[in-house]
Amino acid sequence: MSVAENIEHGHGHAAELSPFQQHHFATAQQQNEASKIGMWLFLVTEVLLFGGLFVGYGLSHAKFPEAWKSAHHHLQRELGALNTVVLLVSSFTMVMAVQAAKLNRRKQLIGNLWVTIICACIFLVVKYFEYSHKYHEGLLPFKAFYSYQGPQVPGEFHFFSFYFMMTGLHGFHILGGIAVLLWVLKRSYAGDFTSAYYTPVDLIGLYWHLVDLIWIYLFPLLYLIS
Amino acid sequence: MSSHASHHDHTKLYAGTLLTLLVLTGITVAASYFDFGSANVVVAMFIATVKASLVALIFMHLKDDKPVNAVIFCGSMVFLSIFLGFCMLDVDSREKVSTGKLTWVEEQDREEAKKKVKASPPAGHSAPAAEHH
Amino acid sequence: MADVLHHQIHAASDHREVDYLSDGRGIRDWLYTVDHKRIGVMYLFFIILSFFVGGMLALAIRLELLYPGRTIMDAETYNRVFTLHGAVMVFLFIIPSIPAALGNFVLPLMLGAKDVAFPKLNLASFYIYCLGATMMIGAIISGGVDTGWTFYTPYSTSTNGAVTLTAMGVFTLGFSSIFTGINFIATIHKLRAPGMGWFEMPLFVWGIYSTSVIQVLATPVIGITMVLLGLERAFGIGIFDPRIGGDPVLFQHFFWFYSHPAVYIMILPGMAIISEVIPTFSHRTIFGYRGIAFSSVAIALVSFIVWGHHMFTSGQSQLINAVFSFLTFLVGIPSGIKVFNWVATMYKGRITLKAPMLFAISFLLLFTIGGLTGLFLGSLSIDIHLHDTYFVVAHFHYVMMGGTVIAFLAGLHYWWPKMFGRMYNERLAAISCALIFVGFNTTFLTQFVLGSRGMPRRYYNYLDQFQQLHMYSTFGSWILGAGFFLMAGYLLASLRGPKNAPMDPWGGTTLEWQTQSPPITHNFHDVPVLKHAPYDYRNIPQGEA
Repeated sequence: MSVAENIEHGHGHAAELSPFQQHHFATAQQQNEASKIGMWLFLVTEVLLFGGLFVGYGLSHAKFPEAWKSAHHHLQRELGALNTVVLLVSSFTMVMAVQAAKLNRRKQLIGNLWVTIICACIFLVVKYFEYSHKYHEGLLPFKAFYSYQGPQVPGEFHFFSFYFMMTGLHGFHILGGIAVLLWVLKRSYAGDFTSAYYTPVDLIGLYWHLVDLIWIYLFPLLYLIS
Repeated sequence: MSSHASHHDHTKLYAGTLLTLLVLTGITVAASYFDFGSANVVVAMFIATVKASLVALIFMHLKDDKPVNAVIFCGSMVFLSIFLGFCMLDVDSREKVSTGKLTWVEEQDREEAKKKVKASPPAGHSAPAAEHH
Repeated sequence: MADVLHHQIHAASDHREVDYLSDGRGIRDWLYTVDHKRIGVMYLFFIILSFFVGGMLALAIRLELLYPGRTIMDAETYNRVFTLHGAVMVFLFIIPSIPAALGNFVLPLMLGAKDVAFPKLNLASFYIYCLGATMMIGAIISGGVDTGWTFYTPYSTSTNGAVTLTAMGVFTLGFSSIFTGINFIATIHKLRAPGMGWFEMPLFVWGIYSTSVIQVLATPVIGITMVLLGLERAFGIGIFDPRIGGDPVLFQHFFWFYSHPAVYIMILPGMAIISEVIPTFSHRTIFGYRGIAFSSVAIALVSFIVWGHHMFTSGQSQLINAVFSFLTFLVGIPSGIKVFNWVATMYKGRITLKAPMLFAISFLLLFTIGGLTGLFLGSLSIDIHLHDTYFVVAHFHYVMMGGTVIAFLAGLHYWWPKMFGRMYNERLAAISCALIFVGFNTTFLTQFVLGSRGMPRRYYNYLDQFQQLHMYSTFGSWILGAGFFLMAGYLLASLRGPKNAPMDPWGGTTLEWQTQSPPITHNFHDVPVLKHAPYDYRNIPQGEA
C-alpha cells in the first residue's frame, strides 16, 4: 500500500467561492456545516452549565418555598417583562441579520446588527437599575453580603444568591455576545459576508438566540412564580 | 448555503414569530397574577417551553436545518432533565434530616458523645462532631 | 531553510519526504502550530510529565504505608500527597491522555482528513490545558489540598487548603476537555474520507466519538459545580454547606454527574485502542464490528444514569439507592459485549505477540478483574461493607490503570513508529510490559484483600494486622515503577536513532498506515479513498517489523 496508489480525488480543485475557506475543508458548505455542528455542541455545554444553576435553584426552591414566595415580591416584574420584550426583539433583528447576510443585503445586515446591539445594551441598562435597587435594599447574594433589614424569611438569601448568579451569568453572556456582535459588525462593514460566506453571522445568531432562550426560562422562574 | 430553501425571504415568518412570542410573554405575565396553586410552576414552564421551541425551531432554523443539530440540542435537554430528575427524586424521597428530627444513628452518636464528655475531663478533649448543632 | 533543503535531499535518497516533525524546527513553529499532529505530540509531552509527577506521588504514598505510623511524612502531608496524586492523575493525565494526545494525532489520519475541523480551537484547548495545569501546580505550591480529589463538602468548604485555586484549575481544564470534544465530534461528522460511512470508520473513532459526547454533555456541570464550590467557600451561597441551609449530598450529586461519566471518558478511549490493536495483531477481522461500535455509544449514554452508586452510604434516599444500583448493572452488558468480541477476534487468529499486543492482552485480564469487582460494589448490600475501603481503591485502579493506562501504553507502542518514525527495542518493551503486569497485580490484588478485611482508604495509620499486605503492595509499586523507568529509557533511546519505521510496520488496515511514518504535514498527498472495510486483512501482509 502506498500513497501513490490512492485514487486521485478532485479535492482542493473545487471552485473556491470565498477567501475564508480553510484548506482542510473540501467545500465551503462542508466548512459551514462543520462550524454549525461545533456551535450547536457549544450551545449544549451552555445549557448544561446553566443547568447546574437550574438544578440548584429547583432544590433550594423545594427547600424554602416560603422564602421564594416572599423574595420574588422584591423583584419588579414590569422590568423583567420589559427586558423579555427587549431580548425577543433583538432575537428577531438577529435572525433578520442572518437572512440579510444570506441574501447579500449588506445594508440590512448592518442595520439589524446595530439594532441587536442596541437592544442588548438596553437590556444591560435595565439590569443595572434592577441591581442597584437591590443593592440599596441590601438584597444581595450570599450569606456574606445579604443585609436586608426588613422582615426576615429563612432562605431568602438563598433566593438572592440564585437570582444574582443566574442573571449574572446570563449578563456575562450578553456582554460576551455584544463583543462578538461588534466584531461581526466590523467585518460586515468590510464586506466580508456574502451569500457564499456568512458562517460567523450564522453562528453568533445561534448563540444570541440561546441567550434569549435561557432568559425565556429565567424570567418566569425568578420574577413570576410565587 | 446549507439548504437552498433558506435563500428565500422569510421576513413575514420571523415577524409572525416575534408577534407570537410577545403575545405569549403577555399571557405568562397575566397568568402570574392568578393563583393556580401548585400548578403555577407548570403553567409558567409550559408557556416558556412553547416560547423556547418557537425560538429554536424558527429563529435558530432547526425546522429546516440538518436533523443532526436538532438531535444535539435535544440531547442537552434530555440530559439536563436526567440531572434534575434524579436529584429531585433523591431529595423528595429522602428522610427529612433538615427538619431537626434526628435519625436513630444520630441519636446514638449523641448519646455516646454525652457519655464520653462525662467520663473524661474537659481539657484536651476534642468534642465529636455531633456535639455542635 | 538550509536545514530543510538538506533534509529534502536526504529524504530523496531513501524515499522519505519532509515530515511534520522536520517541517519547521523553530520553537515558534511548534508554539503557534495548528497541525493536529504537533498539538498531539505537545499534549503527549505534558501528559507524560503529569504521569511522572502523579507516579512519583504514588510511590511516596506506598512508601509511607510500608509501616504503620510515620514512615517518611506526617499525616498532613500524606493527605495532601494522596489528594494531589488523585487530582493530577485524573485531571491532568488520564482524562486528556488518550483523546487529547493519541486521539489528536491519530483521529484525523484515520478519517483521511488533513486536520481536525477547528485547528485553532485545538491549539487553544492545548493552551487552556497548560493554564489549568499551572493553576493546579500553583495550588500545590500555595499549600496544597487535603480534601481528596473529590472535594466533598462540608470538609472542602471549611478546610484551609487551596481548594478554590484547585477548583478553578479543574474548571479551566474542563474547557480544554470540552473544546477537544467539540472538535472531534465535528471532525467525525464532517471530515470523513470519501466513501467512509459511519460503519466503515475504525472502531477507535467510534470510541473517541462516544467519549467526546460525554465530554460535551458532562464537563460543563463540573465547571459550574467548581464555581459554586468556590463561591460557597468564599461567600456562602447556602447550597452545599449544611451550616447555612445547604445540602452536602447535593454536592456529591453535582460532582458525580460529571465524574461518573468521566470514568467513561477514561475507559472508552482505552477500549477504542484495544479494538484497533487486537485485530491488527491477530490478523483477523474484528468480531462483531457493530456490537463494539454500538456498545461504545451505549456505555456513553448509560454512564449518565448510574452516578448515584458512588453515594450509597452518603445519606441519599433508599429509593434512589435501589434505582441506581439496578441501573449500574446495565453497564456490565455493553462492557461484556466488548470483552467477548475481543476474545472472539483473537480466536483462530494468527497472533503476533508484539509489544502493543502484549499490553492489549494485559488489558483484557486487568480490565475484566476491574469490571467484575465493580459489580460487587454496585450491589447495595455488599457496598455497605466495602465502601471507602481499599477494595474500592483496588477496583478503580484496575479499571483506570489496568484498563486505561495499559491501553494508553498499548496505543503508545502501536503508534509510536507512526508518530516519531522510529521502532523501539521490542525485547525491552516485552520486559517492561511483564514488569508492569506483575508489579501492578502485586500492588493492587493485595488491596482487594486489604479492603475486604476492612482497611479503610485514605488512612494514614493502620492496624498492625494489615502490615504484611501493605508491604507486598509497596513492593509491587517498586516493580511497577521499574517497569515504567525501563519504558522511558528505551522509548527515549529510540528517538536518537534514524527514522527507520516503515509505512505500515504492523500490517494495520486503517488509513493512518497508508501514509509515511512520520506523516507529512498535510497527512496525505491526495485525499485517500476507502477501498475496503476496516479490518479486512485479506490483502495485507502481516507486519514484519
